[in-house]
Amino acid sequence: KPNGIKIKFTKPIDTYLCDGPKDYGVTDGEELLGFLREMMVMRRMEIVADQLYKSREIRGFCHLYDGQEAIASGIEAALTKQDYYITAYRDHCNQLLRGDTVESVLAELLGRVTGCSKGKGGSMHMYFPKAHFYGGNGIVGAQAPLGTGLAFAAQYRGEPNVAITMYGDGAANQGQIYEAMNMAALWKLPTIFICENNKYGMGTATNRSAADDRYYTRGHYIPGLRVDGMDVLAVREAMWYAADHCRSGKGPFMMEFDTYRYHGHSMSDPGISYRTRDEVAAMRAERDPIERVRKWILENNIKEEKDLKQLERDVRKEIDEASQKALAAPELDISELYKDVYSENNISIRGVEVGTGFNPQ
Amino acid sequence: ASMTVRDALNSALDEELARDQNVFIMGEEVGRYQGAYKITRGLLDKHGPKRVIDTPITEAGFAGIGVGAAFAGLRPVIEFMTFNFSMQAIDHVVNSAAKTLYMSGGQIKVPIVFRGPNGAAAGVAAQHSQCFAAWYSSCPGLKVITPYSSEDARGLLKAAIRDDNPVVFLENELLYGESFELSDEALGKDFVLPIGKAKIEREGTDVTIVAFSKMVGFSLKAAAALQEKGINAEVINLRSIRPLDREAIIKSVLKTGRLVSVEEGWPQCGVGAEICATIFESEAFDALDAPVERVTGADIPTPYAKTLEAASFPQVDNIVRAVERVCYRGKN
Repeated sequence: KPNGIKIKFTKPIDTYLCDGPKDYGVTDGEELLGFLREMMVMRRMEIVADQLYKSREIRGFCHLYDGQEAIASGIEAALTKQDYYITAYRDHCNQLLRGDTVESVLAELLGRVTGCSKGKGGSMHMYFPKAHFYGGNGIVGAQAPLGTGLAFAAQYRGEPNVAITMYGDGAANQGQIYEAMNMAALWKLPTIFICENNKYGMGTATNRSAADDRYYTRGHYIPGLRVDGMDVLAVREAMWYAADHCRSGKGPFMMEFDTYRYHGHSMSDPGISYRTRDEVAAMRAERDPIERVRKWILENNIKEEKDLKQLERDVRKEIDEASQKALAAPELDISELYKDVYSENNISIRGVEVGTGFNPQ
Repeated sequence: ASMTVRDALNSALDEELARDQNVFIMGEEVGRYQGAYKITRGLLDKHGPKRVIDTPITEAGFAGIGVGAAFAGLRPVIEFMTFNFSMQAIDHVVNSAAKTLYMSGGQIKVPIVFRGPNGAAAGVAAQHSQCFAAWYSSCPGLKVITPYSSEDARGLLKAAIRDDNPVVFLENELLYGESFELSDEALGKDFVLPIGKAKIEREGTDVTIVAFSKMVGFSLKAAAALQEKGINAEVINLRSIRPLDREAIIKSVLKTGRLVSVEEGWPQCGVGAEICATIFESEAFDALDAPVERVTGADIPTPYAKTLEAASFPQVDNIVRAVERVCYRGKN
């Protein structure tokens, strides 16, 4: 590209059973501004979710993605919307980048009818099947076989699509992930197993849960990469490499993204009992994925500081408006309580008391 | 024509594989080995390794892969070598398959069948001899089917495969080799039975016996013995545990005024317990002339020794005695 900008990765990519991609990414101003904007939207959306939670508008579980935005962005830059995608419970931003709106995501968190699952799913159960996004799964590790099943379907139908299945360093110790890897390798399924290593499974540091914390080598017969997950270009480059591997029929691939979550595990976790405030502050200061893109934009004279400030104000406004709209919507009508238990919606379903519930007659 | 339950299941699978390219069978030993119980015999040769897939021993893994494939629109038939091993994968049956349509606000269907032998087998002790009907029937979003005859096996399995919901299809190893008469209709390629409808296997006026799977046969034998004693029993084959055909049970009890439920499963929170509750909660309660009796598997892990095992599960005599009690006959 004429105004191609070459950016060398600050952290080397570790490889396992493969050569790995090049050690730099090529981009341009338009792409960098796109990354910056969508990462700002994710960051701001999660902060607003945090506020809504603290004002008791959002209930139950709520796992925030701030700090890990470069992974969602880099993945989208490397995949098509026909590729299959499943993740765990920290799913708001993945849902958003697959094509959903901020209003739809926040409305789901708020339990509103305008939410992506009509308020029946909540934080952990968001879906966007139009772009092959299948959740959102609340059972740690269960998404690994499910994602492998998506890859199975792609291969069965002869599609060129890959399926990614994302899990954390905590879930990496679940047995069923290894069951899925075994079959994926045996049948050469186009699955990319992605471990987002944010250093803690809830409050348990990786060195306390993993006998071997090189998650990219854990499918020992499957090639893998360990990549800086705070660098959106490195993520994109690595995902291209992995997707090429899968699309060429060579079977599954292992990916480990080295990342960090700024918030606690969930809203009930202040996130400082098992790690220090200094550690979190240092991560924000030294490795923040958004600051990094902002710096590239300024260094390459794509925009000026004041333009980026304006962008930030625009993003804030956009999300505040989406939040207001989401809050204004009602919850799903109680008459739909019994709907979608079965696809045919004509099966009688009992309610709390005798004589209540749904009766098709 | 006469056909074994095994051949009924096999022919239903064969026909549905031929009918819809999205249907495939996956499980341990379903292909080259021809099925641990030979239900999939010949299917690999006929439909090829893409459609009949041997898996490693990895229940959580292949059950989850099946559910993921169903998310994406395929129609997997997942064979558990026996339902005892489905406990390794129950999370995918309950949490991944049963709830996704609801959690997604109606967006994602999960058309999958989990099938295999269930219930008491012969001489295989506690870990390989138990009924999971009550477990799975507790979960909304699942359909739970319990065929008895060859007609049931064909019509219900074909219906299950064509259904857009996750279906748990509980077969019985000891019925596989039994032969039943099949009508010409039941031999048709599009013979499907409605899921959620019970079948009155024997009409009667004095007492209702409700049973499923192998216990339907035992109940029919008991009804024949009772006829000798002047009791005319109605026998209902539930066919489906969820949805449960409550209407059929209630209607029959309104007629007979007496009810005995029969199952191999454990009594606590069992299918019989649910049937009792169904009666208490309906107008049939006022029609009862005697308390309902449950005949169930004993509340113990299944023992190995022959005499002990026989005493652990309902026999025809148990059913006869229970019916005599609810009819206030005899001295027991």
